[in-house]
Amino acid sequence: MIRVLVAKPGLDGHDRGAKVIARALRDAGMEVIYTGLHQTPEQIVDAALSEDVDVLAISILSGAHPTLVPRIMELLRANDVDDMLVLLGGIIPEDDVPAMKAAGVHQVFGPGTDTQDIVDFIRQHKGTA
Amino acid sequence: MMDLETVYQGIQEGRRRALARGLSWVDEGSDRGNALLGRLFPHAGHAHVIGITGAPGVGKSTLVNALTLHLRKTKQTVGILAVDPSSPFTGGAILGDRIRMQDSVDDQGVYMRSLASRGHVGGLSRATFGALTLLDAAGFDVILIETVGAGQAEVDVMRFAQTVLVVLAPGLGDDIQAIKAGILEIGNIFVVNKGDREGADRTVRSLRSMLGLTSTSLDWVPPIIKTSADRNEGIGELVQAIEDHKAYLTNHAIWDQMRERQAENLLEQALEDMVEAVKKESRRQGEWYRAVSSIRQGESAPAFARELISQWLQKNG
Ligand SMILES: Nc1nc2c(ncn2[C@@H]2O[C@H](COP(=O)(O)OP(=O)(O)O)[C@@H](O)[C@H]2O)c(=O)[nH]1
Ligand SMILES: [Mg+2]
Repeated sequence: MIRVLVAKPGLDGHDRGAKVIARALRDAGMEVIYTGLHQTPEQIVDAALSEDVDVLAISILSGAHPTLVPRIMELLRANDVDDMLVLLGGIIPEDDVPAMKAAGVHQVFGPGTDTQDIVDFIRQHKGTA
Repeated sequence: MMDLETVYQGIQEGRRRALARGLSWVDEGSDRGNALLGRLFPHAGHAHVIGITGAPGVGKSTLVNALTLHLRKTKQTVGILAVDPSSPFTGGAILGDRIRMQDSVDDQGVYMRSLASRGHVGGLSRATFGALTLLDAAGFDVILIETVGAGQAEVDVMRFAQTVLVVLAPGLGDDIQAIKAGILEIGNIFVVNKGDREGADRTVRSLRSMLGLTSTSLDWVPPIIKTSADRNEGIGELVQAIEDHKAYLTNHAIWDQMRERQAENLLEQALEDMVEAVKKESRRQGEWYRAVSSIRQGESAPAFARELISQWLQKNG
Protein backbone atom coordinates (compact mmCIF):
# COMPACT_ATOMS: atom_id res chain seq x y z
CA MET A 1 0.00 0.00 0.00
CA ILE A 2 1.45 3.35 -1.05
CA ARG A 3 0.91 6.08 1.53
CA VAL A 4 0.99 9.72 0.47
CA LEU A 5 0.87 12.93 2.48
CA VAL A 6 -0.70 15.76 0.50
CA ALA A 7 0.60 18.91 2.17
CA LYS A 8 -0.35 22.56 1.80
CA PRO A 9 2.23 24.81 3.36
CA GLY A 10 2.00 28.57 3.51
CA LEU A 11 -0.82 30.98 3.11
CA ASP A 12 -2.72 29.63 0.09
CA GLY A 13 -6.37 30.51 0.45
CA HIS A 14 -7.86 27.39 -1.08
CA ASP A 15 -7.06 23.76 -1.57
CA ARG A 16 -9.14 22.70 -4.54
CA GLY A 17 -6.06 21.56 -6.44
CA ALA A 18 -4.71 19.59 -3.48
CA LYS A 19 -8.08 17.90 -3.04
CA VAL A 20 -8.25 16.95 -6.71
CA ILE A 21 -4.83 15.32 -6.39
CA ALA A 22 -5.83 13.60 -3.14
CA ARG A 23 -8.90 12.10 -4.79
CA ALA A 24 -7.00 11.00 -7.89
CA LEU A 25 -4.43 9.21 -5.74
CA ARG A 26 -7.14 7.59 -3.67
CA ASP A 27 -8.88 6.43 -6.83
CA ALA A 28 -5.57 4.93 -7.90
CA GLY A 29 -5.67 2.81 -4.75
CA MET A 30 -3.35 4.82 -2.55
CA GLU A 31 -3.84 5.92 1.06
CA VAL A 32 -3.79 9.68 1.16
CA ILE A 33 -3.32 11.67 4.33
CA TYR A 34 -4.60 15.19 4.00
CA THR A 35 -3.92 17.74 6.75
CA GLY A 36 -5.59 20.90 5.50
CA LEU A 37 -4.43 24.43 4.78
CA HIS A 38 -1.74 26.61 6.34
CA GLN A 39 0.74 23.98 7.46
CA THR A 40 4.19 24.99 8.58
CA PRO A 41 7.21 23.05 7.24
CA GLU A 42 7.65 21.66 10.77
CA GLN A 43 4.07 20.39 10.87
CA ILE A 44 4.40 18.85 7.44
CA VAL A 45 7.58 16.99 8.25
CA ASP A 46 6.19 15.86 11.59
CA ALA A 47 3.10 14.48 9.84
CA ALA A 48 5.18 12.81 7.12
CA LEU A 49 7.37 11.09 9.70
CA SER A 50 4.53 10.11 12.04
CA GLU A 51 2.50 8.68 9.20
CA ASP A 52 5.58 7.02 7.70
CA VAL A 53 4.51 7.99 4.20
CA ASP A 54 6.23 6.83 1.03
CA VAL A 55 5.43 10.02 -0.82
CA LEU A 56 5.22 13.67 0.20
CA ALA A 57 3.22 15.71 -2.32
CA ILE A 58 3.49 19.44 -1.67
CA SER A 59 1.12 21.92 -3.27
CA ILE A 60 1.96 25.63 -3.30
CA LEU A 61 0.10 28.37 -5.15
CA SER A 62 1.32 31.43 -3.29
CA GLY A 63 4.78 31.72 -4.80
CA ALA A 64 6.44 31.00 -1.47
CA HIS A 65 8.07 27.80 -2.70
CA PRO A 66 11.62 29.27 -2.79
CA THR A 67 11.58 29.52 1.01
CA LEU A 68 9.13 26.78 2.01
CA VAL A 69 10.49 23.92 -0.07
CA PRO A 70 14.16 24.16 0.96
CA ARG A 71 13.03 24.37 4.59
CA ILE A 72 10.96 21.20 4.27
CA MET A 73 13.83 19.40 2.57
CA GLU A 74 16.25 20.55 5.24
CA LEU A 75 13.99 19.20 8.00
CA LEU A 76 13.66 15.87 6.19
CA ARG A 77 17.42 15.60 5.91
CA ALA A 78 17.87 16.57 9.55
CA ASN A 79 15.71 13.53 10.35
CA ASP A 80 17.76 11.26 8.08
CA VAL A 81 14.92 10.71 5.65
CA ASP A 82 16.36 9.44 2.40
CA ASP A 83 13.68 7.13 1.02
CA MET A 84 10.72 9.48 0.70
CA LEU A 85 9.60 10.56 -2.76
CA VAL A 86 9.01 14.33 -2.71
CA LEU A 87 6.77 15.90 -5.35
CA LEU A 88 5.88 19.52 -5.84
CA GLY A 89 2.83 20.94 -7.59
CA GLY A 90 0.81 24.12 -7.83
CA ILE A 91 2.07 27.25 -9.49
CA ILE A 92 5.80 26.82 -9.92
CA PRO A 93 7.40 28.93 -12.69
CA GLU A 94 9.50 26.95 -15.14
CA ASP A 95 12.56 28.98 -14.14
CA ASP A 96 12.31 27.82 -10.54
CA VAL A 97 12.19 24.12 -11.34
CA PRO A 98 15.97 23.54 -11.35
CA ALA A 99 16.32 25.17 -7.92
CA MET A 100 13.50 23.03 -6.54
CA LYS A 101 15.14 19.90 -7.87
CA ALA A 102 18.48 20.99 -6.51
CA ALA A 103 16.79 21.34 -3.12
CA GLY A 104 15.85 17.67 -3.33
CA VAL A 105 12.40 17.60 -4.93
CA HIS A 106 12.14 14.58 -7.22
CA GLN A 107 9.62 15.99 -9.66
CA VAL A 108 7.68 19.20 -10.24
CA PHE A 109 4.18 19.09 -11.72
CA GLY A 110 2.93 22.35 -13.18
CA PRO A 111 -0.66 23.61 -13.45
CA GLY A 112 -2.77 21.55 -15.80
CA THR A 113 -0.82 18.37 -15.15
CA ASP A 114 -2.88 15.28 -15.87
CA THR A 115 -3.34 13.60 -12.49
CA GLN A 116 -2.64 10.30 -14.21
CA ASP A 117 0.93 11.49 -14.82
CA ILE A 118 1.38 11.94 -11.08
CA VAL A 119 -0.10 8.51 -10.38
CA ASP A 120 2.22 6.97 -12.97
CA PHE A 121 5.24 8.77 -11.61
CA ILE A 122 4.54 7.55 -8.07
CA ARG A 123 3.95 3.98 -9.24
CA GLN A 124 7.15 4.03 -11.23
CA HIS A 125 9.14 5.02 -8.17
CA LYS A 126 7.26 3.26 -5.40
CA GLY A 127 5.91 0.08 -6.99
CA THR A 128 2.37 -0.68 -8.06
CA ALA A 129 0.91 -1.81 -4.74
CA MET B 1 16.71 0.94 6.48
CA MET B 2 15.58 -0.07 9.95
CA ASP B 3 15.74 -3.70 11.02
CA LEU B 4 13.57 -5.53 13.54
CA GLU B 5 15.99 -5.04 16.41
CA THR B 6 16.32 -1.29 15.80
CA VAL B 7 12.57 -0.84 15.63
CA TYR B 8 11.97 -3.03 18.69
CA GLN B 9 14.49 -1.15 20.81
CA GLY B 10 13.54 2.23 19.39
CA ILE B 11 9.86 1.84 20.24
CA GLN B 12 10.66 1.07 23.86
CA GLU B 13 12.97 4.05 24.02
CA GLY B 14 10.14 6.21 22.73
CA ARG B 15 11.71 7.01 19.37
CA ARG B 16 9.17 8.34 16.90
CA ARG B 17 10.70 7.07 13.71
CA ALA B 18 10.96 3.55 15.05
CA LEU B 19 7.33 3.66 16.17
CA ALA B 20 6.20 5.03 12.81
CA ARG B 21 8.04 2.29 10.93
CA GLY B 22 6.83 -0.44 13.27
CA LEU B 23 3.25 0.73 12.75
CA SER B 24 3.72 0.42 9.00
CA TRP B 25 4.87 -3.15 9.48
CA VAL B 26 1.90 -4.22 11.57
CA ASP B 27 -0.36 -2.27 9.23
CA GLU B 28 0.84 -4.28 6.24
CA GLY B 29 0.40 -7.52 8.23
CA SER B 30 3.88 -8.68 7.29
CA ASP B 31 5.98 -11.33 9.02
CA ARG B 32 8.24 -8.70 10.52
CA GLY B 33 5.13 -6.90 11.76
CA ASN B 34 3.92 -10.06 13.50
CA ALA B 35 7.37 -10.70 14.92
CA LEU B 36 7.56 -7.18 16.28
CA LEU B 37 4.08 -7.45 17.76
CA GLY B 38 4.92 -10.70 19.50
CA ARG B 39 8.01 -9.21 21.07
CA LEU B 40 6.37 -5.98 22.17
CA PHE B 41 3.22 -7.48 23.61
CA PRO B 42 4.82 -8.24 26.99
CA HIS B 43 5.80 -4.57 27.24
CA ALA B 44 2.25 -3.38 26.66
CA GLY B 45 -0.75 -3.44 28.97
CA HIS B 46 -0.36 -0.14 30.77
CA ALA B 47 -2.28 2.29 28.59
CA HIS B 48 -5.90 3.21 29.01
CA VAL B 49 -7.38 2.53 25.59
CA ILE B 50 -10.38 4.69 24.80
CA GLY B 51 -12.49 4.01 21.72
CA ILE B 52 -14.43 6.84 20.13
CA THR B 53 -17.05 5.87 17.64
CA GLY B 54 -20.02 7.43 15.91
CA ALA B 55 -21.32 8.52 12.52
CA PRO B 56 -19.22 10.72 10.21
CA GLY B 57 -19.44 14.39 11.08
CA VAL B 58 -20.62 14.09 14.69
CA GLY B 59 -17.32 15.61 15.83
CA LYS B 60 -15.18 12.62 16.84
CA SER B 61 -11.89 14.10 15.62
CA THR B 62 -12.67 17.46 17.18
CA LEU B 63 -13.43 15.65 20.41
CA VAL B 64 -10.17 13.70 20.17
CA ASN B 65 -8.34 17.00 19.83
CA ALA B 66 -10.15 18.53 22.82
CA LEU B 67 -9.60 15.42 24.96
CA THR B 68 -5.93 15.35 24.03
CA LEU B 69 -5.42 18.97 25.04
CA HIS B 70 -7.17 18.31 28.32
CA LEU B 71 -5.13 15.19 29.09
CA ARG B 72 -1.90 16.99 28.26
CA LYS B 73 -2.63 19.49 31.03
CA THR B 74 -2.10 16.68 33.49
CA LYS B 75 1.03 15.57 31.63
CA GLN B 76 -0.47 12.34 30.38
CA THR B 77 0.95 11.26 27.04
CA VAL B 78 -1.52 10.47 24.29
CA GLY B 79 -1.33 8.11 21.32
CA ILE B 80 -4.04 8.48 18.70
CA LEU B 81 -5.21 6.06 16.03
CA ALA B 82 -7.72 7.44 13.57
CA VAL B 83 -9.37 4.85 11.35
CA ASP B 84 -11.10 5.94 8.16
CA PRO B 85 -12.86 3.79 5.60
CA SER B 86 -11.14 2.71 2.41
CA SER B 87 -12.86 2.68 -0.92
CA PRO B 88 -14.23 -0.83 -1.46
CA PHE B 89 -13.56 -0.41 -5.19
CA THR B 90 -9.98 0.81 -5.35
CA GLY B 91 -8.69 0.06 -1.85
CA GLY B 92 -7.56 3.68 -1.64
CA ALA B 93 -8.53 6.09 1.11
CA ILE B 94 -8.44 9.73 2.10
CA LEU B 95 -7.46 10.02 5.74
CA GLY B 96 -8.44 13.47 6.94
CA ASP B 97 -8.56 13.25 10.70
CA ARG B 98 -5.27 15.11 11.20
CA ILE B 99 -7.00 18.27 10.03
CA ARG B 100 -8.69 18.58 13.43
CA MET B 101 -5.56 17.72 15.38
CA GLN B 102 -3.53 20.81 14.64
CA ASP B 103 -3.34 21.95 18.24
CA SER B 104 -1.21 19.02 19.28
CA VAL B 105 1.08 18.58 16.32
CA ASP B 106 4.16 20.14 17.85
CA ASP B 107 3.79 18.31 21.13
CA GLN B 108 6.21 15.45 21.76
CA GLY B 109 3.75 13.94 24.23
CA VAL B 110 1.27 13.28 21.44
CA TYR B 111 1.56 10.89 18.53
CA MET B 112 -1.11 10.45 15.91
CA ARG B 113 -1.42 7.85 13.20
CA SER B 114 -4.07 7.44 10.49
CA LEU B 115 -5.19 3.96 9.47
CA ALA B 116 -7.37 2.89 6.56
CA SER B 117 -10.01 0.31 7.34
CA ARG B 118 -9.36 -2.00 4.38
CA GLY B 119 -6.28 -3.14 2.60
CA HIS B 120 -5.25 -5.18 5.60
CA VAL B 121 -4.13 -8.74 5.13
CA GLY B 122 -5.83 -9.98 8.25
CA GLY B 123 -8.64 -7.50 8.64
CA LEU B 124 -9.03 -4.21 10.38
CA SER B 125 -9.18 -5.50 13.91
CA ARG B 126 -5.85 -7.25 13.55
CA ALA B 127 -4.10 -4.14 12.25
CA THR B 128 -5.68 -2.01 14.95
CA PHE B 129 -4.76 -4.44 17.69
CA GLY B 130 -1.17 -4.44 16.47
CA ALA B 131 -1.05 -0.66 16.30
CA LEU B 132 -2.50 -0.34 19.79
CA THR B 133 0.01 -2.75 21.21
CA LEU B 134 2.88 -0.78 19.70
CA LEU B 135 1.59 2.54 21.04
CA ASP B 136 1.08 0.91 24.42
CA ALA B 137 4.59 -0.55 24.46
CA ALA B 138 5.91 2.86 23.45
CA GLY B 139 4.61 4.06 26.79
CA PHE B 140 1.63 6.28 25.99
CA ASP B 141 -0.60 6.70 29.04
CA VAL B 142 -3.78 7.03 27.05
CA ILE B 143 -4.58 5.74 23.58
CA LEU B 144 -7.54 7.15 21.70
CA ILE B 145 -8.94 5.19 18.73
CA GLU B 146 -11.38 6.94 16.46
CA THR B 147 -13.55 4.90 14.11
CA VAL B 148 -16.65 5.54 12.07
CA GLY B 149 -19.08 3.18 13.70
CA ALA B 150 -20.51 2.13 10.40
CA GLY B 151 -19.71 -1.52 9.88
CA GLN B 152 -19.20 -4.62 11.93
CA ALA B 153 -15.44 -4.45 11.48
CA GLU B 154 -15.36 -1.04 13.08
CA VAL B 155 -17.58 -2.06 15.94
CA ASP B 156 -15.28 -5.07 16.43
CA VAL B 157 -12.30 -2.81 16.88
CA MET B 158 -13.94 -1.34 19.94
CA ARG B 159 -13.50 -4.55 21.90
CA PHE B 160 -9.84 -3.62 22.29
CA ALA B 161 -10.82 -0.46 24.13
CA GLN B 162 -11.33 -0.48 27.86
CA THR B 163 -13.65 2.48 27.60
CA VAL B 164 -15.89 3.11 24.62
CA LEU B 165 -17.37 6.53 23.90
CA VAL B 166 -20.31 6.54 21.51
CA VAL B 167 -20.70 9.99 20.02
CA LEU B 168 -23.94 11.38 18.63
CA ALA B 169 -24.94 14.85 17.52
CA PRO B 170 -28.33 16.46 16.98
CA GLY B 171 -29.60 15.61 13.54
CA LEU B 172 -26.65 13.33 12.89
CA GLY B 173 -25.73 9.81 13.84
CA ASP B 174 -29.31 8.88 13.21
CA ASP B 175 -30.69 6.96 16.16
CA ILE B 176 -32.09 4.02 14.24
CA GLN B 177 -28.81 3.54 12.37
CA ALA B 178 -26.92 3.50 15.63
CA ILE B 179 -29.05 0.72 17.01
CA LYS B 180 -28.70 -1.28 13.81
CA ALA B 181 -24.93 -1.28 14.01
CA GLY B 182 -25.13 -2.50 17.57
CA ILE B 183 -23.42 0.66 18.63
CA LEU B 184 -25.55 1.38 21.67
CA GLU B 185 -24.65 -1.92 23.27
CA ILE B 186 -20.94 -1.20 23.22
CA GLY B 187 -21.02 2.30 24.70
CA ASN B 188 -19.66 2.83 28.21
CA ILE B 189 -20.12 6.57 27.93
CA PHE B 190 -22.43 8.43 25.56
CA VAL B 191 -21.45 11.81 24.24
CA VAL B 192 -23.96 14.14 22.67
CA ASN B 193 -21.65 16.53 20.87
CA LYS B 194 -22.57 19.83 19.22
CA GLY B 195 -24.35 20.71 22.42
CA ASP B 196 -24.47 24.27 21.11
CA ARG B 197 -26.80 23.15 18.32
CA GLU B 198 -30.53 23.19 18.48
CA GLY B 199 -31.97 19.80 19.33
CA ALA B 200 -29.08 18.66 21.50
CA ASP B 201 -31.28 18.30 24.55
CA ARG B 202 -33.81 16.35 22.56
CA THR B 203 -31.05 13.99 21.43
CA VAL B 204 -30.03 13.54 25.06
CA ARG B 205 -33.61 12.74 26.03
CA SER B 206 -34.24 10.24 23.25
CA LEU B 207 -30.89 8.62 23.92
CA ARG B 208 -31.80 8.30 27.58
CA SER B 209 -35.04 6.54 26.80
CA MET B 210 -33.36 4.24 24.27
CA LEU B 211 -30.65 3.32 26.72
CA GLY B 212 -33.31 2.50 29.25
CA LEU B 213 -34.54 -0.13 26.81
CA THR B 214 -31.23 -1.74 25.97
CA SER B 215 -29.36 -1.40 29.22
CA THR B 216 -28.16 -4.81 30.36
CA SER B 217 -25.24 -4.14 32.63
CA LEU B 218 -26.63 -3.15 36.00
CA ASP B 219 -23.51 -2.06 37.80
CA TRP B 220 -22.16 0.51 35.35
CA VAL B 221 -24.82 2.89 34.15
CA PRO B 222 -23.47 4.62 31.03
CA PRO B 223 -23.61 8.36 31.59
CA ILE B 224 -24.68 10.75 28.87
CA ILE B 225 -22.41 13.78 28.58
CA LYS B 226 -23.23 16.82 26.51
CA THR B 227 -20.21 18.50 24.88
CA SER B 228 -19.32 21.18 22.39
CA ALA B 229 -15.95 19.88 21.31
CA ASP B 230 -15.07 22.79 19.03
CA ARG B 231 -15.40 25.26 21.93
CA ASN B 232 -14.09 22.97 24.64
CA GLU B 233 -17.32 22.70 26.57
CA GLY B 234 -18.13 19.64 28.64
CA ILE B 235 -14.67 18.17 28.14
CA GLY B 236 -13.77 18.28 31.84
CA GLU B 237 -16.95 16.42 32.66
CA LEU B 238 -16.22 13.87 29.95
CA VAL B 239 -12.70 13.28 31.25
CA GLN B 240 -14.18 12.78 34.72
CA ALA B 241 -16.59 10.17 33.37
CA ILE B 242 -13.66 8.42 31.67
CA GLU B 243 -11.74 8.39 34.96
CA ASP B 244 -14.80 7.02 36.76
CA HIS B 245 -15.09 4.24 34.24
CA LYS B 246 -11.44 3.38 34.60
CA ALA B 247 -11.84 3.20 38.39
CA TYR B 248 -14.87 0.98 37.92
CA LEU B 249 -12.91 -1.39 35.65
CA THR B 250 -10.01 -1.58 38.06
CA ASN B 251 -12.21 -2.11 41.11
CA HIS B 252 -14.07 -4.92 39.45
CA ALA B 253 -10.90 -6.58 38.14
CA ILE B 254 -12.25 -6.15 34.62
CA TRP B 255 -9.05 -4.38 33.61
CA ASP B 256 -7.04 -7.55 34.16
CA GLN B 257 -9.56 -9.69 32.35
CA MET B 258 -9.22 -7.46 29.31
CA ARG B 259 -5.49 -7.93 29.32
CA GLU B 260 -6.07 -11.64 29.36
CA ARG B 261 -8.46 -11.35 26.44
CA GLN B 262 -5.78 -9.48 24.49
CA ALA B 263 -3.27 -12.21 25.16
CA GLU B 264 -5.86 -14.69 23.94
CA ASN B 265 -6.33 -12.62 20.84
CA LEU B 266 -2.62 -12.73 20.16
CA LEU B 267 -2.64 -16.50 20.53
CA GLU B 268 -5.58 -16.81 18.16
CA GLN B 269 -3.82 -14.67 15.60
CA ALA B 270 -0.65 -16.71 15.90
CA LEU B 271 -2.65 -19.90 15.36
CA GLU B 272 -4.38 -18.45 12.32
CA ASP B 273 -1.03 -17.37 10.95
CA MET B 274 0.34 -20.84 11.41
CA VAL B 275 -2.57 -22.46 9.61
CA GLU B 276 -2.15 -19.95 6.78
CA ALA B 277 1.54 -20.75 6.59
CA VAL B 278 0.85 -24.50 6.51
CA LYS B 279 -1.62 -24.03 3.66
CA LYS B 280 0.74 -21.84 1.69
CA GLU B 281 3.72 -24.10 2.15
CA SER B 282 1.86 -27.30 1.27
CA ARG B 283 0.39 -25.70 -1.85
CA ARG B 284 3.84 -24.63 -2.86
CA GLN B 285 5.19 -28.13 -2.29
CA GLY B 286 2.27 -29.74 -4.08
CA GLU B 287 1.27 -31.82 -1.04
CA TRP B 288 -1.93 -29.88 -0.79
CA TYR B 289 -3.12 -31.11 -4.20
CA ARG B 290 -2.10 -34.70 -3.50
CA ALA B 291 -4.10 -34.54 -0.26
CA VAL B 292 -7.10 -33.07 -2.08
CA SER B 293 -7.20 -35.84 -4.65
CA SER B 294 -6.80 -38.53 -1.97
CA ILE B 295 -9.63 -37.03 0.04
CA ARG B 296 -11.70 -37.11 -3.12
CA GLN B 297 -11.02 -40.84 -3.27
CA GLY B 298 -12.46 -41.18 0.22
CA GLU B 299 -9.52 -40.71 2.55
CA SER B 300 -9.78 -38.80 5.79
CA ALA B 301 -9.37 -35.00 5.66
CA PRO B 302 -8.43 -34.60 9.35
CA ALA B 303 -5.69 -37.17 8.90
CA PHE B 304 -4.25 -35.15 6.02
CA ALA B 305 -4.56 -31.93 8.00
CA ARG B 306 -2.51 -33.51 10.78
CA GLU B 307 -0.02 -34.76 8.22
CA LEU B 308 0.40 -31.29 6.65
CA ILE B 309 0.86 -29.67 10.04
CA SER B 310 3.41 -32.18 11.20
CA GLN B 311 5.37 -31.84 7.96
CA TRP B 312 5.35 -28.10 8.37
CA LEU B 313 6.46 -28.36 11.98
CA GLN B 314 9.36 -30.58 11.04
CA LYS B 315 10.61 -27.91 8.71
CA ASN B 316 9.70 -24.82 10.71
CA GLY B 317 9.29 -26.02 14.29
N1 LIG C 1 -21.39 23.43 16.13
C1 LIG C 1 -20.46 22.51 16.45
N2 LIG C 1 -19.70 21.97 15.46
C2 LIG C 1 -18.78 21.05 15.81
C3 LIG C 1 -18.59 20.64 17.14
N3 LIG C 1 -17.62 19.68 17.16
C4 LIG C 1 -17.23 19.52 15.88
N4 LIG C 1 -17.92 20.34 15.05
C5 LIG C 1 -17.77 20.47 13.60
O1 LIG C 1 -18.31 19.31 12.99
C6 LIG C 1 -17.60 18.98 11.80
C7 LIG C 1 -17.14 17.54 11.81
O2 LIG C 1 -16.20 17.37 12.85
P1 LIG C 1 -15.19 16.15 12.88
O3 LIG C 1 -14.49 16.24 14.19
O4 LIG C 1 -14.36 16.10 11.66
O5 LIG C 1 -16.21 14.91 12.87
P2 LIG C 1 -15.92 13.35 12.71
O6 LIG C 1 -16.21 13.00 11.30
O7 LIG C 1 -16.90 12.70 13.64
O8 LIG C 1 -14.50 13.11 13.10
C8 LIG C 1 -16.47 19.98 11.72
O9 LIG C 1 -16.82 21.00 10.85
C9 LIG C 1 -16.34 20.48 13.15
O10 LIG C 1 -15.79 21.78 13.21
C10 LIG C 1 -19.41 21.24 18.17
O11 LIG C 1 -19.32 20.94 19.36
N5 LIG C 1 -20.31 22.16 17.76
MG1 LIG D 1 -12.87 12.18 12.08
